[in-house]
Amino acid sequence: MATIEELSKISSQVRRDIVRMVTAAKSGHPGGSMGITDVMTTLYFNEMKHDPKTWCRCGKGQDVFILSAGHLAPVLYAELARAGYFPVSELGTLRKFGSRLQGHPCVTDALPGVFKPSGSLGQGLSVAAGIALGKKYDGDPTRVYCLCGDGESEEGQIWEAGMWAVHHKVDNLIAFTDWNGQQIDGPTKSVTGLEDLSEKWGSFGWDVIIADGHDYESILNAFALAHNENGKPKMILFKTEMGHGVDFMAGTHEWHGKAPSAEQCEAALAQLPETLGDY
Amino acid sequence: MKKYIDTGKKDTRSGFGEGLAIAGRQDERVLALTADLKGSLKMGAFAKEFPERFIQCGIAEANMVGVAAGLAITGKVPFIGSFAEFVTGRVYDQLRQEVAYGHTNVKIASSHAGITLGEDGATHQTMEDIALMRALPGMTVIVPCDYNQTKNATIAAAQFDGPVYLRFGRPSVPNFTGADEPFEIGKIYNLNEGSDVTFITCGHLVWEALTAAEALEAEGISAEVLNVATIKPLDAKTILASVAKTGCAVVAEEHNMAGGLGEAVAGVLAAEAPAPLVFVNGEDKFGQSGTPAELMKAYGLDAAHLVEAAKKAIAKKK
Repeated sequence: MATIEELSKISSQVRRDIVRMVTAAKSGHPGGSMGITDVMTTLYFNEMKHDPKTWCRCGKGQDVFILSAGHLAPVLYAELARAGYFPVSELGTLRKFGSRLQGHPCVTDALPGVFKPSGSLGQGLSVAAGIALGKKYDGDPTRVYCLCGDGESEEGQIWEAGMWAVHHKVDNLIAFTDWNGQQIDGPTKSVTGLEDLSEKWGSFGWDVIIADGHDYESILNAFALAHNENGKPKMILFKTEMGHGVDFMAGTHEWHGKAPSAEQCEAALAQLPETLGDY
Repeated sequence: MKKYIDTGKKDTRSGFGEGLAIAGRQDERVLALTADLKGSLKMGAFAKEFPERFIQCGIAEANMVGVAAGLAITGKVPFIGSFAEFVTGRVYDQLRQEVAYGHTNVKIASSHAGITLGEDGATHQTMEDIALMRALPGMTVIVPCDYNQTKNATIAAAQFDGPVYLRFGRPSVPNFTGADEPFEIGKIYNLNEGSDVTFITCGHLVWEALTAAEALEAEGISAEVLNVATIKPLDAKTILASVAKTGCAVVAEEHNMAGGLGEAVAGVLAAEAPAPLVFVNGEDKFGQSGTPAELMKAYGLDAAHLVEAAKKAIAKKK
């Protein structure tokens, strides 16, 4: 398990990867990816029981991560590559013709570490809940993790899954929301009535944990609390900042789905130390 | 012509229910999920025998598709059951991303399909579902014709590796195929050899086509009857061979024109060997309330209309 110092180094490199990948692709979603990077690094390098060498799409005997908000593909790909699922050199192919790193994740070319396609929003939590129930049928004690966006939670299917997971007591399901308060058209508050996610999930019968998505102590503590096998699914609401780590990209929806220019890329990289070597 | 005996009218959805229970006994990976329609889908026998493998999802079809995809990822063989409209049109995007594009081994059990759902009216009578499911890359589309064939197709679907759309209905219809005749996915069943016209049909229209063929025989017209129990992948070879022999065809289905069996057959013939065709289907309309028999007659989906259609097709040859 990685120390907080190590996690911090990995996150800096992953943010560099994200900025470079999206810049090279000339399109993509850097803001959300950079906002949830600290949580994702903690997940892949400290929290989950997983082994890229024996990974299989059936997820047997390993923790499973499901990305529901598929546009966060850049952070998923960077974490998977840095964790050893495929060569980091492949990160430079994001969104390119013939690449396994499609604009949104897919399983067509069997990219290791990817369990399902994501992109059409609101569907991943249901799939994660199904995998969690499948593990229970198999007596497999490992867990299923699922990342949703706060904007994504405007999709009705998220709440269908919310009801179902409680009713079927899938307490091996740890969902977490990137609670950055931003979506494509602006702050979530200005778009529609998302209101208080904490109250919503609590009223659905989930164990709700609120944490600071940029404080490793807080992230680690939240995951530890979520290990409680009490018959309830868990929802961790990570307060995050879109575009975290680069001053001119942080805290705004402007970088939800926009690629930096070559100059902006240079300026961003100057703020993100290269810790593990660029791909 | 070859004689078929109706061994007693039964609903095809009950054939699914029996087939599901058999599949459950054959393979412990088989699971049944429903969105609050256990009774309508005839899942009761399975649920009674395998209570721990029956999963109630409530009135939330989109989530049911996702849960099934997740279960399939872990190696299970989930059947998801609802009314045809609610397990296709309502969840098209979920089926597209999680089942078809996601390559998950999910079986879609689609009941109360078509206009013969009857009294509930057009909100529940989908005549567009075959079009939607045919459009999905990699989806296998099966439309069995009676109770026995639905039972045997369900068993075959459980054994097949890949997503399957299995369409059946609500009304009791003649049961005439072999009780234990193994169902071959992808095969067109030639139920009657003929020389003047080919009926190319599926589902509830197959018995109507056999009845029409009998009436035509009395008038000295020889009709071939093809039961296209698998619409996708379509056995083009059998269709081409039959139409090469008879010179014309009637394509009949309890579905609208757009995207149905008619267009699939027209595509095959137009590309390889154009021939006179007459289409019998719901055209471009919604259904309405009524008894199944009233509706089949009103929408021209019965044997009497098939006889007329066959004569039109033969006339077009000249």
